Amino acid sequence: MTLTPYRRPTPGAHPPLNYPDYRATALRHPKEPLVIIPQTLSETSGPIYGADRLRPDDHDLTRQHAGQPLGERIVIEGRVVDQDSRPITNTLIEIWQANAAGRYAHKRDHHDAPLDPNFSGAGRTKTDDQGRYRFVTIKPGAYPWQNDQSAWRPAHIHFSLLGPGFITRLLTQMYFPGDPLLSFDPIFNAIPGDRARRRVVAALDQTVTVSEWALGYRFDLVLRGREATPFSR
Amino acid sequence: MTPDSAELTPFQTVGPFFEVALPAPGRHRIDRGTAPTVRIEGTVRDGAGHPVDDALIETWQADQEGRYDRTDWDGYGWMPTDGDGCFALDTVLPGQVPLPDREGTLQAPHLLVGVLARGILTRLVTRIYFEGQPSNATDPVLLLVPEARRSTLIARRLGETQFRFDIVLQGVNETVFFDV
Repeated sequence: MTLTPYRRPTPGAHPPLNYPDYRATALRHPKEPLVIIPQTLSETSGPIYGADRLRPDDHDLTRQHAGQPLGERIVIEGRVVDQDSRPITNTLIEIWQANAAGRYAHKRDHHDAPLDPNFSGAGRTKTDDQGRYRFVTIKPGAYPWQNDQSAWRPAHIHFSLLGPGFITRLLTQMYFPGDPLLSFDPIFNAIPGDRARRRVVAALDQTVTVSEWALGYRFDLVLRGREATPFSR
Repeated sequence: MTPDSAELTPFQTVGPFFEVALPAPGRHRIDRGTAPTVRIEGTVRDGAGHPVDDALIETWQADQEGRYDRTDWDGYGWMPTDGDGCFALDTVLPGQVPLPDREGTLQAPHLLVGVLARGILTRLVTRIYFEGQPSNATDPVLLLVPEARRSTLIARRLGETQFRFDIVLQGVNETVFFDV
């Protein structure tokens, strides 16, 4: 059998495992070097999700309860592509986030900010045949966390993507342009260099904005692409 | 090497609140009409030996014949660790998966594992092998691991169908993680 492997991320494409400014990495990063192994069918294959698991309003976090959630209504649109700009079609995207007051609907979140009975903060969708997706939600609030005494996470939305193979899996966070908290955030700053950091900051996009209803943001995502083969190029 | 036309989106930690979207217990039973044949359980520990009670463990495996490409097969498991840092998976023992080579080399039965958690900025990837499988001795991936550390990748047999696979993020008996 033959197999076209996925490209390995270049150094600095992802955050390092040990990043002292983000204190929780101290005891949770391996000290031994990662062992480099070849890709086999185990790594390049991956789970495929059927559309039947999605309900029509799963992508709209403002319509999951009887009333509307509080906060600034936003639309997020984007495309999921690989490193060759080929669309990743029909792939599951899941998001989760805090409410407009900066509180997660989660038992571990003890931040003294109100829960919103009209907001659970979870959504899911699949990309279409051009890799496009769309979510409707509200802008999450910033919230304090225990990294240091003055630490507040910048507003962010968690993204989880499966992609076509086990090794294309991506978990990331989408941030908002111009947020003054970004420059203080060790999780964001763990991404090496401004150029790479910009890839997790959404762009305000008036073509996504829905007039008199919701502000639009664009957030494109890039997953690992395949190695070039002599035959395909 | 071809220049990328689009650049990778960087990883970020899954954080402590992923259960908002991916609620416990997750998917911890994998079968194909037949009953699971093995149970794998383990604890995730950090560099101080403390259980990691907010991790998300993901597994991916072939079916009993070592195949991934069946439409009726879904070998994907995912499990948030519980308050004691523990996870458990009831599944079928995967078959041997071929290597992409001309010789038809087979890998020993294994699962891929992704470890995500607060404090883990980029997903950690490892493999679970099974104690007592003769093919472990010739598995081409295991042979790339320094001999002294191979045991961290082999689930210990506790009983006829029960295996234990602890994940140590750092320190003594640190689990081998892969760059793949």
